[in-house]
Amino acid sequence: MARKDKLSGNEAVAIAMKQIDPDVVAAFPITPSTEIPQYFSKFVADGEVHTEFVPVESEHSAMSACIGAEAAGARTMTATSANGLALMWEMLYIAASCRLPIALAAVNRALSGPINIHNDHSDTMGARDSGWIQIYCETNQEAYDTMIQAFPIAEHKDVRLPIMVCFDGFITSHSVENIELLEDEKVKEFVGEYRPEHYLLDKDNPVSVGPLDLPPYYFEHKRQQAQAMVNAKQVILETAKKFEELTGRKYGLFEEYRMEDAEVAVVIINSTAGTAKAVVDELREKGVKAGLVKIRVFRPFPFEELGKALAGLKAVAVMDKADSFSAAGGPLFAEVRSAMFDHARDTKAVNYIYGLGGRDVRTDDIMKVYEDLLEIAETGKVKSTVNYLGVRE
Amino acid sequence: MAYNLKATTEKPERLTGGHRMCAGCGAPIVVRTVLRALKPEDHAVIGSATGCLEVSTCLYPYTAWKDSFIHSAFENAGATVSGAEAAYNALKRAGKIDHTTKFIAFGGDGGTYDIGLQSLSGAMERGHDMVYVCYDNEAYMNTGIQRSSSTPKYADTTTSPAGKAVPGKPQFKKDLTQIMVAHNIPYVAQSAPFKNFKDLYEKAEKAIYTPGPAFLNVFTPCPRGWRYNTPDLFDIVQLAVDTCIWPLYEVINGEYKLSYKPKQKLPVEAYLKSQGRFRHLFAKENMHMVEELQQEVDRRWNHLLKLCGETE
Repeated sequence: MARKDKLSGNEAVAIAMKQIDPDVVAAFPITPSTEIPQYFSKFVADGEVHTEFVPVESEHSAMSACIGAEAAGARTMTATSANGLALMWEMLYIAASCRLPIALAAVNRALSGPINIHNDHSDTMGARDSGWIQIYCETNQEAYDTMIQAFPIAEHKDVRLPIMVCFDGFITSHSVENIELLEDEKVKEFVGEYRPEHYLLDKDNPVSVGPLDLPPYYFEHKRQQAQAMVNAKQVILETAKKFEELTGRKYGLFEEYRMEDAEVAVVIINSTAGTAKAVVDELREKGVKAGLVKIRVFRPFPFEELGKALAGLKAVAVMDKADSFSAAGGPLFAEVRSAMFDHARDTKAVNYIYGLGGRDVRTDDIMKVYEDLLEIAETGKVKSTVNYLGVRE
Repeated sequence: MAYNLKATTEKPERLTGGHRMCAGCGAPIVVRTVLRALKPEDHAVIGSATGCLEVSTCLYPYTAWKDSFIHSAFENAGATVSGAEAAYNALKRAGKIDHTTKFIAFGGDGGTYDIGLQSLSGAMERGHDMVYVCYDNEAYMNTGIQRSSSTPKYADTTTSPAGKAVPGKPQFKKDLTQIMVAHNIPYVAQSAPFKNFKDLYEKAEKAIYTPGPAFLNVFTPCPRGWRYNTPDLFDIVQLAVDTCIWPLYEVINGEYKLSYKPKQKLPVEAYLKSQGRFRHLFAKENMHMVEELQQEVDRRWNHLLKLCGETE
């Protein structure tokens, strides 16, 4: 029987890792993801996993050791946040281009500077073009469930890409929520055995990894990498389907909340979706046709599907918990608006950058966004495309 | 079994010919000698930092490596190979593999003394069963001869050019071997492709087959950067050792042992004159610099003799 429990996001993810029982975990502490290697090293110390735990001296070495381990034929995991992810930057790209299906728990935290330990999405949004699959999670349950789906997606022969499971620092990582855990055997069966095709420790078929790749071949390899990300979408959906059969919990590329007849909607990522859903419910009670789209899979970006989901709406607010300093809005806004061009060109789109450095975002703030959307829907006029929510200026 | 050059060179090559290293380069000679110390039945995972060795031996779709090989970046050969070693332990424990694999990382001085020092230190401190070999050619040669912390004082490089106001690199060479000794790992040695390669071969064998982390710092001339005539490679190695600029020694579990004491210690001048990078030192007004270098070599050599329990 599945076990009901009350766990923090970090603990839930650490338990998922224990149930996966990877060959290698290499990690370095950084708030707010520190608890994950902490819990995990206890599992190692108590002999509950067979994993080789490598307590490296930096995140750069964490990702480098993950690359060495995964290339050697080991199922490999790590966890980090913010500056830790930034220090891995160089190696994130190399992991992806070597087509190594490493799994990383990315506990979202504001990227320095100034230094700040609280939640926003500037860390993983900065890594959005590193070639990693990125799946974002609203709750502890989603983080746990997604971690269990990570390897069947990443290791699939049509994909072979590293995967980041992203969830909000403190809000999700440290808050204790009700959760339903799977039995160890079911996780083991779902995740399956890792059988890499080419790996360093295959004595009879030695392989060279990470060659110098000049103009005659580099582009072809990047094209194959791009195709793997295209292929990932179908594999993510198939894996979600199998997971639903096992647990009854349904996952897709994004979640549509009360979108059936919606006229205005917010597009959002991670835990603030929960806050915004409460606002949608409140508006719906008043008869307002408000909806919400929560992006789950950001890489690969559900370009076509999202564009269609937003078609016919009068106004959409894209909420970014990161700024890209492009002087044209946040990263999610740029991509969502681009996705709307083919299918929802008549829908007005605006951007709200919110919650940077852990600035609290309440239902009142989200209500203000919906009020602005309703005004746009009524007048057909956008006063301000890029907006900052809840900041003194 | 006593060392026999002919017998060791009859072992199958593990770094094949056809790679693109320069004629007269010390690096492939060092690598081949180290790899000859592997038992033929043992498989190896070899890592390399970005550098001449990597770009010249593993250019897609070719590889010169008969064993498994991995390059990931410049500053992380220590961490990358430590990850592969961790994988080996886990897969062995899980009963998924049963063969013996040895782990060897190669890096130039740029990738080892400088940008890769932290990664190397971490890998050694964690105790992975691996050997890190620094092929020390005393500058960033792959990018075009820029100074590193291993470049000797007054050497002319493209970022420490010998000019009218500054006569080459202002600082002395960092002593990385001593830094690695301070890690208290089971085996640290300084070697060179010297004479019949006995010194390097035997140290590589000890390094590879001593359980736990080991570090080899190997003197590796570079004809482009040092500006010598390619056939002079081994004469330069001989001069480096006989002037005590590059002493050969090993430290086994903290115990120092001198591997070679020249019968007659030669003045540093003989070594400096063999290379274009020191040519400017022989201008009349710069001769005091040669004297300064001699004093520093003497100081370091005498200190090493004390550590090794030897007398002058």
